[in-house]
Amino acid sequence: MTAPAAVPALGITARLRAALVDASKATVVAFGLFFIMVGLRTDVSPTGALFLRTRWLDVALLCAAVFVSRLALALWLGRRKPEVGPAWQAAALSRAGLLFGPALLALALILPFVPGIGRYELDLGILVLTYVMLGWGLNIVVGLAGLLDLGYVAFYAVGAYAYALLAQYFGLSFWICLPLAGILAAFWGVLLGFPVLRLRGDYLAIVTLAFGEIIRIVLLNWVELTGGPNGISGIPRPTFFGLPFSMSGGPQTFAGFFGLEPSPSHRVIFLYYLILALALLTNWVAIRIRRQPIGRAWEALREDEIACRALGINITNTKLTAFALGAMFAGFAGAFFATRQAFISPESFTFIESAIILAIVVLGGLGSQIGIAVAAIVMIGGFELFRDLDEYRMLVFGAAMVVIMVLRPRGLVGSRAPSVLLGEQRRIDARFVGEGRG
Amino acid sequence: MKTTMLEVDNLATGYGAVQALKGVSLHVDRGEIVTLIGANGAGKSTLLMSICGDPRARSGRIMLDGEDITAKPTHEIMRSGVAQSPEGRRIFPRMSVLENLVLGAQAAGQDPAQQLPRVFDLFPRLRERQSQRGGTLSGGEQQMLAIGRALMSRPRLLLLDEPSLGLAPLISRQIFATIRDLNEREGLTVLLVEQNANQALRLAHRGYVLVTGRITMSGSGAELLARPEIRDAYLGGGH
Repeated sequence: MTAPAAVPALGITARLRAALVDASKATVVAFGLFFIMVGLRTDVSPTGALFLRTRWLDVALLCAAVFVSRLALALWLGRRKPEVGPAWQAAALSRAGLLFGPALLALALILPFVPGIGRYELDLGILVLTYVMLGWGLNIVVGLAGLLDLGYVAFYAVGAYAYALLAQYFGLSFWICLPLAGILAAFWGVLLGFPVLRLRGDYLAIVTLAFGEIIRIVLLNWVELTGGPNGISGIPRPTFFGLPFSMSGGPQTFAGFFGLEPSPSHRVIFLYYLILALALLTNWVAIRIRRQPIGRAWEALREDEIACRALGINITNTKLTAFALGAMFAGFAGAFFATRQAFISPESFTFIESAIILAIVVLGGLGSQIGIAVAAIVMIGGFELFRDLDEYRMLVFGAAMVVIMVLRPRGLVGSRAPSVLLGEQRRIDARFVGEGRG
Repeated sequence: MKTTMLEVDNLATGYGAVQALKGVSLHVDRGEIVTLIGANGAGKSTLLMSICGDPRARSGRIMLDGEDITAKPTHEIMRSGVAQSPEGRRIFPRMSVLENLVLGAQAAGQDPAQQLPRVFDLFPRLRERQSQRGGTLSGGEQQMLAIGRALMSRPRLLLLDEPSLGLAPLISRQIFATIRDLNEREGLTVLLVEQNANQALRLAHRGYVLVTGRITMSGSGAELLARPEIRDAYLGGGH
């Protein structure tokens, strides 16, 4: 574990000595703990009396393990030049990011036609894209406006139930319900926004958390309307602008109309492109609006509320629009979720969903669009990848999150990359100013 | 001809049960620099904030250019020609200098492209640092940014809360020189809150002394500077 000639400035022996001292200290602490916790053990003897058993070998092995790991860790960390690391990483990442985004988009566009991509992979792609969209939607509220929302799944639920109920009771089609679901969710966003206007940080988080649970519990208990825990089944599947995806192959079906062989994969491919389009719409709106005055006001709000007031920014409107817009995209995603599953129940809208979406936003780096997409792929895709590990995958998942947060504490793509600004230092014409990108 | 820009009449306000201002009356004429001095907790910052409607006046009246703004919402007051550079600067640390400035113009409906050259001429350092993030500026530069951001809305009345807070004497003299410059060249009306009574009174045309929520003295800057009780209380005796 010695690094040859990596850091010539600091002698190998000096580093080794420091590492040895550090490892010895850790071992002493470990011995103090293990001496009691492992070394001494009370057991019940056959006669029923307690007796003390000693396990000195185990203690010795554990202490040796601590010593070796600590030594390896110290040498490995000492090898890095801390002041060079992050800057170098950031520069490389931002350079790669310029190509990475378009490449990712191109891959997403051709994915259904890549050889070897089957039904399972497409379904996973749909799931990942749903979370990408939810992440981008929540990013408006948390990443841009800085309002910590732990109940985001409530708006997802509102969208899903809006479509399911409108379709069930009024027979409305998916394409009419999609905007309605978004509007309804936005309405609930404003409704949540009003009571929490004066709250920030922890207090806001608690109230939004409660709001998410209220929505779920109402859905669970309002049996006459929502079917309660049984959920709503038989939700109409989406049509291709009126042409259903049916296996009959008749002239009024998608396959028949276009003269294709009827195949169940048509619908999956259609759903894939639908959620891709919805996610890209979310992304486009978020990117555009960030350069508008309202987007700048959101970011200013995240930075300092009192300064915003001093500049004449209307805090009420700014907060409510952030809540409403974020909720609207969750509503769209919810309607999509309902039509894809054809069955929804309150079980799909538990707190863990909010937590996962928030984790995606935080892991991706608050405010970064591409970081959120990568985080969603890593989190949702990674979850699938380790399916064979059963319950251990939570362990892998937790460890991965800790590692990411240690290595990149500001998320995969750290905050507002200043490199975008540095190259444009001299550009101060009106167009540039109007965009306010600085 | 003298016209009154800001008139505060018997203003009382507070936070919860605490009465911070107990009937304050003062006025600021057009083109004047007026300073408000007083010890910690006298209510200086509260008075500036209260003019902006937060905390709201419990009694009394605030008139701006003959218009009663006592009950106006904060964001409307700040769009009607009043700008504040708040205590502790409160710039947006993760946004660039340029974005900070643009935000100053936007809510008031000013075109940032028109206001920027003016602010950059006043504070050339900001032009150099325009793409830097606000939080990475030095204290003096942050104060310039806070004042520059307030000026972006092209205010009639500038409220300055402790611009010299935590700055080296040289930098704070520069800031004060800029304020005088703005006042002389553009006729900007300034209400200045300061702990640094010496510098503030030298700069201002007139001054008020605020003690625990009440005005105890007023007069021209030179007059107040000469009074022994001011020298004792705010200028550290034989300072």
